[in-house]
Amino acid sequence: MKWQAWLERIWPSLPILAALALTSLLLLAFGTSPAVAFGAILEGVFSTPDRMLTALAFWIPLLLAAVGLLLTFQAGLWNIGIEGQIILGALGASWVALTFNFPAPVQISLEVLAGMAGGALWAGIAALLKRWGVHEIFGGLALNNIAIILTNFLIAGPWQPPEGGSFRGTVPFHEDALLPLVGATRFSLFSLVLAAVAFGLVVLALRNSAWGLRLKALGRNPRSAFLLGVSSNREALLAMMFCGALAGLGGAVRVLSWFDSLRQSISGGIGYLALMVVILAAFRLYLTPFVALFFAAVLTGSIVLQLRTQLHSSLGAILTGVMVLFVLLFGDFGRVRRLFKPRGDDHV
Amino acid sequence: MFDINWATVLLQSAPLIIAVCGETISERVGVVNLSLDGSMLMSAMTGFVAAYLSGSALVGFLAAAAVGAFFAFIVSFGSLALRQSQVAVGFVLTLLGDSLSAFLGQDYTRLPGPWVTKLPIPVLKDIPVIGPIFFNQDPMVYFTLVLVAVTYWWIFHSRPGLELRSAGERPEAAFARGVRVRRLRYLYAMLGGAMVGVAGAAYSLDVKIGWAEGHTRGLGWIALAVVIFGGWSPLRGALGVLLLVGVRSWIGTYLQPAAGADSTIVILNALPWLLMLVVLLVVSGKLTGDLVANAPPWLKQPLRRLLLVAPPAALGADLKEG
Amino acid sequence: MRTELQDISKRFGSVQANEKISLTFEPGRIYGLLGENGAGKSTLMKILSGFQPADSGRILLDGKVQRFASPADALAAGVGMLYQEPLDLPPFTVLENYLLGQAGGLLVRSPQVANHLRELGSRYGFKVNPEETIRNLSLGERQQLEMLRLLSGGAQLLILDEPTTGISAEQKALLFSSMFHLAEKEGKTLILVSHKLDEVQELCSQVFVLRKGVLVGGAELPCPNSTLVNLMFEQLPPRRERTKLAPGAPALELKNAVVRTPRLDLTPTDLQIGSGEVFGLAGLEGSGQELLLKACAGLLPLAEGRRLLAESDVTRLGYHATSKQGVRYIAAGRLEEGLVSGLTLTEHLALVTEEPAFLVDWQANRQKTQERIKHYQVVGTPESTIEQLSGGNQQRFLFGLLPDSLKLILMEHPTRGLDLRSTDWIWQQLNERRQAGTAVLFISADLDEIIERSDRIAVFSAGRMSRVVDASRTNVDELGHLIGGQT
Repeated sequence: MKWQAWLERIWPSLPILAALALTSLLLLAFGTSPAVAFGAILEGVFSTPDRMLTALAFWIPLLLAAVGLLLTFQAGLWNIGIEGQIILGALGASWVALTFNFPAPVQISLEVLAGMAGGALWAGIAALLKRWGVHEIFGGLALNNIAIILTNFLIAGPWQPPEGGSFRGTVPFHEDALLPLVGATRFSLFSLVLAAVAFGLVVLALRNSAWGLRLKALGRNPRSAFLLGVSSNREALLAMMFCGALAGLGGAVRVLSWFDSLRQSISGGIGYLALMVVILAAFRLYLTPFVALFFAAVLTGSIVLQLRTQLHSSLGAILTGVMVLFVLLFGDFGRVRRLFKPRGDDHV
Repeated sequence: MFDINWATVLLQSAPLIIAVCGETISERVGVVNLSLDGSMLMSAMTGFVAAYLSGSALVGFLAAAAVGAFFAFIVSFGSLALRQSQVAVGFVLTLLGDSLSAFLGQDYTRLPGPWVTKLPIPVLKDIPVIGPIFFNQDPMVYFTLVLVAVTYWWIFHSRPGLELRSAGERPEAAFARGVRVRRLRYLYAMLGGAMVGVAGAAYSLDVKIGWAEGHTRGLGWIALAVVIFGGWSPLRGALGVLLLVGVRSWIGTYLQPAAGADSTIVILNALPWLLMLVVLLVVSGKLTGDLVANAPPWLKQPLRRLLLVAPPAALGADLKEG
Repeated sequence: MRTELQDISKRFGSVQANEKISLTFEPGRIYGLLGENGAGKSTLMKILSGFQPADSGRILLDGKVQRFASPADALAAGVGMLYQEPLDLPPFTVLENYLLGQAGGLLVRSPQVANHLRELGSRYGFKVNPEETIRNLSLGERQQLEMLRLLSGGAQLLILDEPTTGISAEQKALLFSSMFHLAEKEGKTLILVSHKLDEVQELCSQVFVLRKGVLVGGAELPCPNSTLVNLMFEQLPPRRERTKLAPGAPALELKNAVVRTPRLDLTPTDLQIGSGEVFGLAGLEGSGQELLLKACAGLLPLAEGRRLLAESDVTRLGYHATSKQGVRYIAAGRLEEGLVSGLTLTEHLALVTEEPAFLVDWQANRQKTQERIKHYQVVGTPESTIEQLSGGNQQRFLFGLLPDSLKLILMEHPTRGLDLRSTDWIWQQLNERRQAGTAVLFISADLDEIIERSDRIAVFSAGRMSRVVDASRTNVDELGHLIGGQT
């Protein structure tokens, strides 16, 4: 049937349009014109070069985390603990920033390394827990919360600013510790370079390395992979730690450029967002940076949305969330079509 | 040193226990509802708003139950009809539930509203020790106690419960015996979801009255973990919740004042999470397996039954390789 | 009850599993359904028993057209199927399994039903304990319970799929006598799906043969085996003679080996296998032979005792370290525990490649894969994913992944579910390796296969290994005794 072929071609866009439609309805219910709301988001991102760079600055850690998740997903793992890994990266970088006082290039290099180490360590703990039988979702969750508690402890205690613990942030880092920014924005060119290198490494690992192939086997069938010589414990650990290192790098970038000190919600939910990015990108390597960019744009734009419309800033998260949900549920044309066919077996 | 106000602990535990009962029946039939955290947030908000607008707490509970059932419907539909991963759909829903509840509830933050009033049972409440704990509470708590008993009996000692468990253990065999597996999965997943909804409302209308962004955040995840270390039994799960809440209460009453400095108090918040990890390690762990394997033969069976848990064999494919 | 299948057809994707098959079954007889693996037997029986619908065609019971929505539907109409792996629920009790799905009250405890179940069992000589958990029962007992359930559910036609694999000799005798009783005394129809021609000859009065989804013919029994074989295969697989080899230097040794698991303990065991020797392990499922095999591979640790490979102590080594010494373990489920769905043939080969490198040379690997495909006569390309291959080709490729020289091959049920031709091919491969000095240790539920293929045999019962017997000097009865626990 001709129209079926046509429908199949345009299908991928339908869930996205449906998400936009649903969000528009939501806006109307709250007495706001969708045009105004979406316009405000676009304004928040594109109106000035500074705003665009700010969106990019949000994008970098998100991209790092998302790309790291591609590794853990390849191994069949749900690395929910990525949020905590970002935080530990920030903690590692903060520690170096507050403890040492080297000239900028050395200082920053140490901070970056410490960030990667922190994230890798936290991911390693989750991997170890999994090895001992605790599913990585729960291990990651507990570790996320512990990471937050650790952050709050450090802010209120040992690293508190001289005027007393206000639970907002630590002592601001000295000039040399921070990443050089472009103009008045929070965007750091150096972090972009780091992100690009990280992306390249992950492409290499997934597509061309023996290790990536082992991860792929592990993710599809751990039992067979084991009998074929893949040590699931070791590979899962490595995948987690590589991902943790990238997430930690993102956390370091966050604390050294987006902020100037360690803050309470240092990770900003970026870890959970990265999971959404990867799901929406259907785990496709080359689609991930663009989806991450889209998320970054919508979420930074939502801040202006709040200013313009007095609406809660979570609208951006709602839009992206509904989009991911619809694409996840209805994005596969074949499966949706099968809904309308008579069923043979009822037992699934 | 160990004197805890168990009546308060029971009250605070009740919403979580309801959620655990709900998720237990859902997972027993083979559907894992990872959207629990977002679902509870949405139903807590909905429950409060509905009660506020209608003036009746009961209306709030019903609205919340509907919301919870709807979330569960999306997860089961996505899995059973559209063959998508239960974990993925549940996870996306959990984040959505968080942001939606914040957005939709923005006008109802920090407002006073109706709540569930206490209903002491005469005579029973005067029984020493257990009287004040169990019979000097409000209807929500009584509901919880009855729910645990009913759910437990239903799952393990009734014929429909046999069908429920068979659908989660070996759906092909159940199907071969005429059990309508798909129908049961939708039914119990949504019933479980409704209970989760009630749990959310139980929080915003009873335990911590009112609504604010992120009100119940974290509770859904804890419920999911408790279902595991409760061994997929509502009774063990309820005890697990009481243990967790009791420990937290004990920390709050005895350890935190002793700790002194603000910063140390913060660290004590980590103890419940560490406790959760330890318990999960014990029940699902390889370490315990070794312990049981090397135990003397007469001790093996009871030890295994007590310590090790096994999920329903056909539980949402993703979570199997735990 | 007269059963008719008219023009039954079923297609799975590009495979025509059943093509216009028409058969008639009269009451009071036992029929045999024969055919190679993939001939369409189980598809046809699943359709008849209501597990899946046909694409086209009709089923008639006593002249009335039937439409089954589920196996329960079919049973209500009188058709029941007994699977090779019984479709029961291991964590539940016998009584619960029996009651499940039946109409009734809210409660499960029902002494009348328990008694009824016991009586029903005794009619056929089955011993039934309603309180026992299914998991603790042997395969034969589970089979008996399934039969009782189907019979009491009203089955007039009973389909049995490979029922004698994995049950003890006594249980087999009981099964056969109950089958004759059902057909002759109770007028039921029985259909036996089996590879074992001698059993088919003993039980059935008529056979039908399927080949590649089509009914190619039938025969009244008794008749010469060669007639049946000719119908089943286009060409006869040549029977290769097995050369008698003197076992060489010890390849594998176990001394006082003890394995402990939460469910079963393996008592201290001694074992020696020479290079080039084929050693068979028999016994009911869960008797400990799986534990022993896994322990030899390093998949399970030894709680006590020692394990030696070609004279060197490898007790502490896990599977990966053991495999580096020239050992391979091949599990029973190809796709579950051996191959990875979603990976191409080239990816599989690159995964097991001997030369460790950081980057994968896809070009070289593709070429090597092509060579292996040719050598092992696999129908597939380097870029096909493994699940696109048929079962037989998957098995060939699995063997193609093995390194050239091995000291020891450990196999779980090497030919389970395979037809004669594939079975022959596997043993031919194993024999070639034998000539090169590889020792083979394998588990099988098929006593005939074990006697025919092994040099020596050991039997397992309740975690204990019997004395070792010489295959050329033993028979099925003796093995049966050993399985039963007698010495």
